Amino acid sequence: MSTPAPQGPFSAPWEAQVFGLVVSLQEAGLFTWTEWAAALGRTIRPAGQGEQAADYGRWLETLERLLAERGVADGASLDSRTAAWHRAAHATPHGQPIRLENDPNFAAT
Amino acid sequence: MTHDHDHAHGSGHGHHHGHGSDLTPVEARVKALESLLVEKGYIVPAALDALVEMYETKVGPHLGARVVARAWVDPTYRDRLLADATPAIAELGIGGRGGEHMVVVANTPDTHNMVVCTLCSCYPWPVLGLPPVWYKAPAYRARAVIDPRGVLADFGVGLPETTRITVWDSTAETRFMVLPMRPAGTEGFPEEALAALVTRDSMIGTGLPLSPGSEIPA
Repeated sequence: MSTPAPQGPFSAPWEAQVFGLVVSLQEAGLFTWTEWAAALGRTIRPAGQGEQAADYGRWLETLERLLAERGVADGASLDSRTAAWHRAAHATPHGQPIRLENDPNFAAT
Repeated sequence: MTHDHDHAHGSGHGHHHGHGSDLTPVEARVKALESLLVEKGYIVPAALDALVEMYETKVGPHLGARVVARAWVDPTYRDRLLADATPAIAELGIGGRGGEHMVVVANTPDTHNMVVCTLCSCYPWPVLGLPPVWYKAPAYRARAVIDPRGVLADFGVGLPETTRITVWDSTAETRFMVLPMRPAGTEGFPEEALAALVTRDSMIGTGLPLSPGSEIPA
């Protein structure tokens, strides 16, 4: 075998979450597998650059673009929510579960 | 969320000045996406966790290996599998969630089959689990079509010059799996022993099944 011994399908938990989100959203009818494959195919062939690996980073990029196109979540709301998660992490003692409510600016709406 | 926390330790959580925690940029981005989708009602956290856990612990090439072993011992099953793979695979309790339409192609002494997805990384998840990194790489996607024999050589597979290599391009709708040839010297082997010889790569077509006696201990 020229491949390293498999250690499970994902190399980090976030990869598993991205995979799970994509499968769940397809099942929820937000897009079809054909639409997903076409969108992922576009992501890994950026204009003026070489073709890229279809790894989970590209999956995430593709998912963000599809969600923006479908009006589900735009880049700005994603940016601000990402910042909230960083603040929540900093406010969470090491080893404790990180919760969005731990963000000092968190306001239940 | 239990899934996340079980894995959180050691995945990019450096010690921060205070005693706070850190998320890497991509970890925070994915959490942001997930939390927004939960709020909007597209994602049910428990269902997402169950799906991820299933793929992390239960789904993998051992399922495809069961299909192959059954086809090796049961000619009528083999016929059903090659005629219409999705229901034949479902007979073994395998399938669903991302498999879509499965097609199984059988290797023969004359023809060796190899699977690629040139568009992106379509793969028969329910029977083989998630694809290996090389399957998603541009090098494999491009070369599998142009120079399949060279790719096989890189994987250590040498085929007779007379063997024709057929490359199948998976799509979102049709996902291919290879039925490798049963190794010599396995007459009378029980199905479980046969399944242990079936490697992931042999079902993608970039490898061959193991020979008896060389199988990896379970």
